[in-house]
Order: sequence, then structure tokens, then C-alpha cells
Amino acid sequence: MILGISWLVWLIALPLMGFFILLFIPARAKNALRWGALLTSLLTFGAALGMLAQFQVGNPALQQVVRLPWVRIGDLTIEFYLGVDGLSLLLVLLTAFLTPIAILSTWSAVEEGVKGFMLFFLLLESGMLGVFLALDLVLFYIFWEFTLVPMIFLIGVWGGERRIYAAVKFFLFTMFGSVLMLLGILYLGLQTRTFAWDALLQQREVFAAAQVWLFLAFGLAFAIKVPMFPLHTWLPDAHVEAPTAGSVILAGILLKMGAYGFLRFNLPLFPQATLQLAPWMAALAVVGILYGAAVAFAQQDVKKLVAYSSVSHLGFVVLGTFALTAQGLEGAVLQMINHGLSTGALFLIVGMLYERRHTRQMSAFGGIWKVMPVLGALSLIVTLSSLGLPGLNGFVGEFTILLGAFRSAVLASPWFAGLATLGVILAAIYLLTMFEKVFLGPVRHEENRRLPDLNGREILTLAPIILLIFWIGLYPQPFLDLIHPSAERLVALVQSVALAAH
Amino acid sequence: MHMEVMSVTEPLFRLAPGVVFLPVAGILLNLLLGERWSEKVVGWIASLATVGAFGVAVALAVGLSRHPEGAVVPLLTWIHIGDFRVDWAFRVDTLSVVMMLVVAGVGALIHIYSIGYMHEDVRHNGDPRRFRRFFVFLNLFIAAMMILVSANNFLMLFVGWEGVGLCSYLLIGFWFEKGAGGIGNALAAKKAFVVNRIGDFGLLIALFLIFVNFGSLDFDAVFGQASHLAQVAPGVLTAITLFMLLGVTGKSAQIPLYVWLPDAMAGPTPVSALIHAATMVTAGVYLVARSQALYLEVPLAQSTVTWVGGLTALLAATIALGQYDIKRVLAYSTISQLGFMVAAVGMGAAVAGMFHLVTHAFFKALLFLSAGSVILGMERGHEAGHHHQVELDPQDMRYMGGLRQRMPLTFWVYLIGALALAGVAPLAGFFSKDEILAAANLKFPAVFGILLFSALLTALYMGRQLALVFFGSPRSEAAEKATESAPIVTAPLVVLAGLSVVGGLINAPGIYALEHWLEHTLHTVEAIPFQWTIAASSLAVALIGLGLAWWLYGQRPLPSPRETDPLARLLDGVYHALERKWWVDEIYHALFVRPYQVLAQGLAQAVDLGVIDGIVNGVGQLARQIALWWRKWQNGYVRSYALTFVVGVVLIVAYLLLR
Repeated sequence: MILGISWLVWLIALPLMGFFILLFIPARAKNALRWGALLTSLLTFGAALGMLAQFQVGNPALQQVVRLPWVRIGDLTIEFYLGVDGLSLLLVLLTAFLTPIAILSTWSAVEEGVKGFMLFFLLLESGMLGVFLALDLVLFYIFWEFTLVPMIFLIGVWGGERRIYAAVKFFLFTMFGSVLMLLGILYLGLQTRTFAWDALLQQREVFAAAQVWLFLAFGLAFAIKVPMFPLHTWLPDAHVEAPTAGSVILAGILLKMGAYGFLRFNLPLFPQATLQLAPWMAALAVVGILYGAAVAFAQQDVKKLVAYSSVSHLGFVVLGTFALTAQGLEGAVLQMINHGLSTGALFLIVGMLYERRHTRQMSAFGGIWKVMPVLGALSLIVTLSSLGLPGLNGFVGEFTILLGAFRSAVLASPWFAGLATLGVILAAIYLLTMFEKVFLGPVRHEENRRLPDLNGREILTLAPIILLIFWIGLYPQPFLDLIHPSAERLVALVQSVALAAH
Repeated sequence: MHMEVMSVTEPLFRLAPGVVFLPVAGILLNLLLGERWSEKVVGWIASLATVGAFGVAVALAVGLSRHPEGAVVPLLTWIHIGDFRVDWAFRVDTLSVVMMLVVAGVGALIHIYSIGYMHEDVRHNGDPRRFRRFFVFLNLFIAAMMILVSANNFLMLFVGWEGVGLCSYLLIGFWFEKGAGGIGNALAAKKAFVVNRIGDFGLLIALFLIFVNFGSLDFDAVFGQASHLAQVAPGVLTAITLFMLLGVTGKSAQIPLYVWLPDAMAGPTPVSALIHAATMVTAGVYLVARSQALYLEVPLAQSTVTWVGGLTALLAATIALGQYDIKRVLAYSTISQLGFMVAAVGMGAAVAGMFHLVTHAFFKALLFLSAGSVILGMERGHEAGHHHQVELDPQDMRYMGGLRQRMPLTFWVYLIGALALAGVAPLAGFFSKDEILAAANLKFPAVFGILLFSALLTALYMGRQLALVFFGSPRSEAAEKATESAPIVTAPLVVLAGLSVVGGLINAPGIYALEHWLEHTLHTVEAIPFQWTIAASSLAVALIGLGLAWWLYGQRPLPSPRETDPLARLLDGVYHALERKWWVDEIYHALFVRPYQVLAQGLAQAVDLGVIDGIVNGVGQLARQIALWWRKWQNGYVRSYALTFVVGVVLIVAYLLLR
């Protein structure tokens, strides 16, 4: 902590402070606004590292807790209640890591309305960090909705041609799910007279009878956000219309909020319902893996392809979650990070291509490796990471998830993992097709012949991600050690319910 | 978890990680500094890195001669979650070190050859900047292959397994803007990776089954429990070995997944020699040999593997007869010879399989590199000629002929390689093939017949190739003006030719050095007695095949490129089927590729946009109709919806809390 204030508070406050400072910078001072936002996000990343340094590895409990009464009505208190554990730590770090990279990617991509863009971006960061840190359900819900507004504006104002359609679709889908979650939260609060996560955990018996309904109310909001098949159709539209930085954050962080929601709330609070519904969730996940991969293969627009690949990849995360084994669950958390890195990088690459050619149709490219060798080589690494090549990050997550699902006593069938493993073949098909259409073959269009290769800033946005792609692929143990105690405790919690049921 | 931590008794064993780290050092040096270096420096850095790895392998072999029990050299914990634990750990034993010696030994020769070959190739293809990239990829391949063979557990093996697959992808597509329609090479690369991924799917399932049933992925822990599992759950062990076989058919190009290897010849010729003939494609043979403890428990798996190998040997040998591309003949020959090896390890003759793996690495690398020398000679002849604007395929044997006089050194080494492959005594291929045939005769008489007939075809297609390329008179100006290659290209050929002559000695009857060496690792090795009848018949079919080739192609050489192949006149329609590779690619396209494309399009258009999004938009439309009554609320601004919503939420919360 600094100045006696917890790192967690700094994490949420720093982007807001940046927001207020940027408010006073005139809109025409574009570079000052850009640097201001970048510095703010870098400071926030510093705070995240501070949190990491203070984190006790091996302690499964919530740490660095900040708990203040906020709104008190009768005997019901909404608290400003923050904490971090192995489930959220890496997601907080990922958020603070990707935000400066996303901001750096806008340097030349966003020329209109820089001020508004940066203001919304910092608001978004604060909201996302709040989602991962909040332990009071109402506070969580506020942050959850809080992220929605800046993202809608980022898509609706700085987006492509059909931006309004995409923004409204994104809004309505998410809203639809959130309303039911809000009702669930209110029901919990009224039943137990508390909104605090750990207090609810203690009083699970009070709302045990309504578990399945509560699971579905929360689960719908999370499933839309992930997005799980068949609730995914907002995602391709949102991605295609969103500006590059928006896509990076959308795929890298916002989708993880859904997967995180399952881990933080559905599993521990509604364990019987989790056990009961796990095969259904896993089945939808497997369908999502195969369906997303097949539909991605049919795309002509490279951004749409990457968007559908997210449906497939997030299917792995959900499968690992509902395998309810240590390998599945830890693999799922790690795979959230991996997907954030590799898909974030893929969107950055698509953005770099778009800035040069103002199209995302794969037919407009071809032979780009020859013209832009640095981009070609870096894109290759990212593509391989995304298709789960061993030695790179994606494989560690996918393998552990599949192994965890294969041996899962809850799913009790190797078919889930077996079919999901087919996704490994399909991923190679659509990703290598993409790489071939964009980067390989001869240069087919005259205007592609003189595209400039990456500049220093662009390399700088990709380099840290690529470093992590190798690190997690070759030596993931430090990351797994951070996840392990909390994940193991969560698995034990759900499994103890399973034992009690027998 | 259960890794037996053997104390590393032999100090030389501690060098083991060097087989991976030296090539990695080569990569890093060339990546970071190579831009400023000349081609010579870049090439030699990469070559020395591989020579260094070979030195380490030799040191390990010396260590093993003193401590044949070997050791495990742990490096780092890789993945550890709960009861699942996998380490980066190097396994030094007689089997892994044989592979290291082959990979680094042949690899080093091919690196040196490539300095000369790629110097010409990058200029011929018009992008000299790619010289460095080639050597980075080549070093990467050595590193990945070393991970594969030195792994102490199945998952680390899998890293190398897919790593070499990546290198194969990168090097097949090295000239990614070339090939049919400019995209042919890139498509060949993709095909190789995807087909291998289908195999890897099987291997992954096998890995899951292994862990679930053995509680570990470490070799010793798994193999130690194999016979126990065979008793309590024989079905599971059958599943493990058969899923693993799917992986083997991918990497080692067996039926049904062999189709990628012929297309892989799009890569530069040194790549075809190193990756697609001598080393990578033998990984499947190594895997089955390594997992003998599992296969020996499952007779069904053994016979399946043997039959897959035998049938592949036959099928590929027939196709090789109908090819005109000098490298494609060798590619189908490789598939066929891999079939011999797979059959051998399948029937439990692991030493014979490994023996053929080693000798094949010598003579097939020699043949490919010599073919490369021929191609360079043809290209030089083409450029020296009057018609060098006209496109010429320098790999088409119909345009060659008479190269014996123009490239004498290349001819002689090619001849040695071809005779060794055909199985002419006393060259290397004779002994190793004979051992496989002898084992088959004892255990699988039917497969023995198939393999013997394949051996006949082998001699026939090699004889045909020798006649078409080197004998008769030149059938094009390029062949007319072809010249011998530079010493840096030919020197490695001479070394490999020497190995192809004497390589058989490592396990020739009466010597059996390889058998005694591998005994320490493959405990179940049963000596296969030398049988004069088998040796005589195998030599006889080799000579018959060569004689037949001479009768068809030698005594009356092909007069012009457009002349019908003599064998085609003899076989008529059947030959057309051979030329078209039995239409297997077309069948796969119709059966798998096209349906998947149609399915994906259907899902993307009809299902995703039509049904799912149709419902979504339908609901939206319905809401819009209802909202017409509420027109004043619907002003089209997202922020006013958001505002309305927030106000609503606040009101609900306030009501619930204050009531």
C-alpha cells in the first residue's frame, strides 16, 4: 500500500483520477491526452504489480481486503468491499497489462474525438478492475454495469459503419442478462440480509432451495458475456464494428468477466446446482468449441474470424470450469489469461493491417509476410499461440483443461473432452487458413506491395505479449502457483457438496 | 509424480540439455546478430550449433558405454497442478542417444550442405534475405527434434512432436509465394500441419488415457505398470495403443494420413532430406519403439500396427512407380520405407525397426541431397542454355537423362544410395531390410509376402529413376548443359555415401552391435536369427527389380520427354491409377475437405445468421413494434436508453430497500 491506502483502492482510483485530470486537458491537445491516458494506465499497472508483490502465494483466502460500509438501509448494508485471491489476481494483472497496450495501439488509429475516447477508456478500466475486485454483490453489479456504458460509446461513436446496430445489440443482450442477475442479487440480499460474498457463502443453506433458479439468473448474465453458444451473436457484430483498442479490451477482458462470474459466484454459492447443471454447461461449451471453430473457418472478414475463434476458445474455459477438477479449473483460469494475450494480440494485428489498407477482407491481402517480415513473424507466433502449439501459452491451458475434463467425476464421461479435443484440429484449420490467406502466397494487390512494416511503437505493443506467450508456454509454474490454492479450495468446496449428497 | 529420480552417476550425462540448448543458442545468435553477418557466418554458426549437439550426443554415448543403464537429467518443473506433474527432464538411455546421434549427425551434414545449396536456392528464387531465416528454422528443427527424442515423459515428447511439425510447416512453406498458382507451397504446408494435427488428436487422447489410468506421464511409471493394466483393463490399453497409432500414422506418414508427405516436397531439398526423410518422419517409429512395453501387451494393436506398416509399404511403392518428379519418387519411397519400419516395431522387432531407421537416414538423406545436386545442376544448365526464359521444371525426370557424364560424382553417390535402398548386399539397406523380413517371416507370414513384393517394387522404381536421370542421352537443353555441383554440396554426399556402404555393419549378422546397445533400454529384445533363405530371396528380388528396370528403361532409353513411359505401355490403365496416386487425394477431398467447407458455410450463413441471429433480431423487431405505442420513449439514442435503465434500477433498488 501507499499512503496507507490499499493497492486495490489505488487500482480502481488511479484510472478515475486520470479521468478527472484528462477532463481539464483541452480536446485539441491530442498528444497530451494520449500520454495522460497512457501514463495513468501505466501507473495503474504499477499498482497491480504492487498488489502482486504483497500477495501471499499459497494462501487460498481473500487477501488485501478493504471493507467499508457504504450504504446502510435498515439492517441491510451495501459495502465497499474489495479483495483479491488466486481466482482474480491474474485477471486484475491482465486488465492492468492490456489497457496501456490498447491505449498505445490508438496512437494513430484514433484521430477524431481523442479526448472522449481516452476518458471512456479510463472509465472502462476502472470498472473492469472493480468487477474483478468487488466482493459485495451490489458493488459487483454496479461495476458490472459500469463497464457497459463506456464500451457502448467506444463502439457506437468510434466504431465502423454499422456501429449503432452493433452497440445497441451489445447493450440489449448484456442488459437482458444483467436484469435477471440483479433480481438474483436482490433475492439473496433480502433472504440473508447481506450482500457480502463470504457472508453469503456461510449462509448457503438459507437459499439452497432456490439454487437452480439463482444459478440460472446469474448464469444467464455470465453466459451472455462469455459468450456461450447460442448467446454469442452479439460478439461478431460488436467486434467488427469496435475500434481496435475496444476489440482488444472486449475480447481480452470483458469476456473474462463472464467466465470469472461463474467461478466467483455460481460455483461456490450454488454448488448443488453447479453439480446438477455441470454436464449441460459442459455440453454447451463443447458445442461452442466446435461450432465457433467451424463458423470461424467460413469467415471472409479476418476480424469476424477472430471473433468466432473467441467463441471456440472460451468454450474451453467453460468446459474446464465445469469439469470441477483442479486441472480443469486452474487450466480455465490460465486459459482466460492466455486468450486475453493471444486474441488481444490478434486484434492488434488486425488493427495494424486495417490502418494500412482500410479493409479487413482477407481477399484484399496475401503475401504480407514478404512485404512486412516483422509483422509476419510476430503474427505467426501469435497464431501458433492461439492454435495451442506446445511450448507456447495456449497449449498449457488447453491441455490441462482437456485433461481435467477427461477425468472429471462430475462430467463422468470422456466424450466431453474427447469431442472438445477435435477443436484442436479445427483451430489449426481456421487459423492456418487465415495465416495463409493474409500472409502467405504471392502479393496479389499492387497497393500491398509497399506497405510499411511495423514501427517501433507497434512492435512495442506486441513485444510484451509475445514475451508472456513464451513465458507461460515454457514455464507456467509461477502463474499456476498463484492460482492453485484458491482453485483447489473451490474444487474442494464443490466436491464436499457432491460427497454430502451421496 | 512418480518419476524415479536416478542419481546421475555419470558426469557426462549432465551435458544432456546441451542437445537442445546448443541449437537454441544458434537460433538466438542468428536472430539477434545475423542480420549483419555474411551468409557464410550465418550458415556456419547454425552448422556448428548442430555439430556441437552431435558432440554432446557422442559424449552421452561414451557415458552410456560406461553406464549403460542411463539416467534422467531433470531441468525444471513444467506443469504441476494437484496430482498432475510434468517436468522438463532429459532421458539419457541407449535408445534416445541413438536418435540423438542420427538427428545431430545427419543434421550437421545437411546444415553444411545447405550453406552451399541455399546460397544458390535463395538467388534462384529471388530473395537472398531469406538465407538466414532458413538456418534459424533448421536449428529450430534440431532443437525440437531433440526435445522429442530426449523427453522423459509423453508430454515433453509431444512438445517436440508438434514442434518438429511446426518446423516442417515453416520449411515446406519456405517459398510461400511459389508453387502451383503461387499458393501451392503454402497450401502444402497447411495440409502437412492439419493432417498431422489429426494424428495429434489421437496422440492427445492417448495421453489423457495414459494419465487417467497410470497416474503419470513419465515413461518409467507408465511402462512399469503396463502389464498390470493389461490384466485389469485390457480394453483401455488397446485404446491407448490404437489412439497412439493414429498419431504415428500422421507423423510417420502411414495409411491413412500419409497424404501430406508427397506434397511436403515443396520444401527446399535439404529439408526433404533432413525432415521428410531422415529424421522427423521416423518419430512415429521411435514412439512405438519407445512404447514397446505397451504394444507388447496388446496383440491386436501389434497386428494393427504391423498391417498398417505393411500395406503402406506396398501402396506407396506402387505410387512411386508412376511419378516423374525426382523428389516425389523419393517421397513415396520414404513412405514405403517408413512402412517397413512401422511394420517392424509393430511386430515387436524394435531393433530391426531402429536399425532400418538408422540406415535409411543415411541412404535416403544421401538420395535427397544428391537429387538436390541434380536439381541445382539442371537449374545451372537451364540458365546456361538458350531457352532459359521458358519455364522448366528442374525436377521432372522426363527432361533429364544422361547426367552420368555431366555430374559424375553425383551419379556415383546416387548409385550407392539407390543400391542401398534397393537392398543390394552388402550395402546398409540390405542388412536392415533383411532383418525386418526375417522377423516378418517368423511372425506375420502374410505381411512378409507384402514386404517382399514391396522390396521388389523398391528396386524397380529406383532402377527406373537411375535410368531416367543418369542414363541414355539428355532430353532437354538443361540436362545437356548441366554441370557438377560445388564441393560444399558434394562433400556431405561423399560422407553419407560412405555411411550408406558401411552403415549395415552396426547390426550385421555376427556383429549385432545395435542390438546389444539397445538391449539396455528395450528389455524385451529378442534376437532374430539370420536366415539364409530370407537373405537370398531379399537379394534376389532386389536384383530382379533392378533387372526389370534395366529391361524396361535401360536398354532402350526414353527418347524424348513426351514419350509414353514404357511401364505405362505395359500396365495401361493401372499405370494411370499409379500416376494419379490411386486418387486418394481426390477421395479425401470429396469425403472430408469439401463436406467440412459446406458444413462451415451452412453453419455460418443458415444457422448463425439465419436461425440464431434471426431469432435475436426477431425479438428485437417485436420489441420495436410494441414500442411504437411508446414512441416518445424511443428516440434512437443509446444513452437515453441507458439513462432510462439506470433510473429504473435505482427506483427498484430504492423501493426494495426502503419498503
